[in-house]
Amino acid sequence: MKLLVCIKQVPDLESRFKANAEGVWYNEADLAFRMNEYDEYAVEQSVQLREKLGEGTELTVLSIGPDRVVEAIKKALAMGCDTAVHVQDAAASGKDPWQIASIIAAYAKDKSFDIIFTGMQSQDRGSAQVGVTVAELLGFACTTTIVGFEYDNGTITAKRELEGGIKGIVRMKSPALVTCQLGLNIPRYPTLPNIMKAKKKEIIAIPVADLLREESLAATTSFHPPAKKGGGIVLEGDMADLVDKVIAILKDKTAVLR
Amino acid sequence: MKTLLIGEYREGKLLDSTYELLGFAAQLGAETAMLLVGSENQLPLYGGTLYLADAAACGEYNPDLHKKLIIEVVQQENPDYIVFLHSSYGWDLAPRVAVALKAAQISEVIAIQDSGFEVGCCNGKMRRSVKPATNKTVLTVQAGAFPALQPGGLPTVHKITSAGIGSLEFIGYEPAEKKDVDLAKAEVIVSAGRGVGKKDNIPVIQALAKALGGELGASRPVVDAGWVGHSHQVGTTGQNVSPKLYVACGISGAIQHLAGMKKSDFILAINKDKDAPIGEVADVLVVADVMQFVPALTAKVAR
Repeated sequence: MKLLVCIKQVPDLESRFKANAEGVWYNEADLAFRMNEYDEYAVEQSVQLREKLGEGTELTVLSIGPDRVVEAIKKALAMGCDTAVHVQDAAASGKDPWQIASIIAAYAKDKSFDIIFTGMQSQDRGSAQVGVTVAELLGFACTTTIVGFEYDNGTITAKRELEGGIKGIVRMKSPALVTCQLGLNIPRYPTLPNIMKAKKKEIIAIPVADLLREESLAATTSFHPPAKKGGGIVLEGDMADLVDKVIAILKDKTAVLR
Repeated sequence: MKTLLIGEYREGKLLDSTYELLGFAAQLGAETAMLLVGSENQLPLYGGTLYLADAAACGEYNPDLHKKLIIEVVQQENPDYIVFLHSSYGWDLAPRVAVALKAAQISEVIAIQDSGFEVGCCNGKMRRSVKPATNKTVLTVQAGAFPALQPGGLPTVHKITSAGIGSLEFIGYEPAEKKDVDLAKAEVIVSAGRGVGKKDNIPVIQALAKALGGELGASRPVVDAGWVGHSHQVGTTGQNVSPKLYVACGISGAIQHLAGMKKSDFILAINKDKDAPIGEVADVLVVADVMQFVPALTAKVAR
């Protein structure tokens, strides 16, 4: 069996974001990057399947981006992926989901992967398009937003998360792609011995020009903060003072405190 | 300008969120036609053209068949925009349609702009303006971003169907977990988010809820981490609430959470990040460490 998990490196979402010089995405200076949270669940699920299947199964992790994404790749290797592909692209953030998916599909098309795992979306771009688009381009069965995954002899049974806490149960045959939702599993922390072992694992570098054949279908024209709606009060400062102010506001504006 | 709106139907019912698509089309000032895989017994109150496939034959969740149905109608209607809700149905189906048409897809539209659409990014903290470069564009619109519009009347129904089975077999639904707390009835909800730090700190939030005579709520990450049970989860995949007072403790304000609580009468948020999206809906945002501020507030309230 051959498994692939696709990951993205994203900034810490608690950061303050400023537009870059072109004004179409964030300025990367001063941002700390980490593995996209949804992808941690995808990596964990793929590693669990890799462990269950044992010998004869190979799990590859793939990431597209500048050199910094190697850190996220190393984490996935330390979590249990066997081998890695770094699609080198310093301009990845300027590509639309269609181009990103096309790059992944161009890489995967002659590799006969049985199952591909992705996060359901990235925390920064949040389009929720790449996974499904890859599956469509490869002709794979695909389901999204999974919170349950079982594999048995070529058949996947997945549980999709729907609105209101309802779940939908779906069955499909490999080759297939699933997009992983938060809460699917409990992503492991890489242990020190596994971090050391991961250093010996191979990371194959492929220049993006070898895989990119598509033009973008949509262009970002501006990156900006939301328009302030007004009305809301922001309170900062001394703790005791803050508490008194909040008590006074609650007494004045709500019937909860008298 | 013409839109093809893709309605939603689940467990034998037309979903009300379908009317948000009509609200979107009205703001866009576009002609509409609608496609629904549903039932003749659950027609939308909409006096336009409805392409109706029978969910009993085509499945409620069968993306391969639904994609085929949509593509066939797109060829007849030739719309400029094919519009879905950004929901578990829409974000699953939209990219399949976009690939088949090689059309641009713009996800989670929150506003219409002069030359494109505004979407959220960076967990709802920032916005992007996006302009499609294709003739046809697939859109998913954020739930709650466009007010529902129920035009009334009955649609002119064109029945459509599609053969084949598709690559997915739908087994069935699993109902939501039983609730041990009904947040919808609570007058005060004090919710814990990831900013609370760890499970051991939950009692501190619970103490404020108790002092205010309210219930404990939680954001999704806190529930996923097992700090608080799912029945306390507020948001799209939990409960929608509108108490007299909602206190968000260490909740950054993901779209899905905001959708579930923004109708509260009064919202107090405590967050160390001044730019957290929760600030967009909060009446008061206290910029402070939750674990310092909440106990101090509880002590004053209890007195």
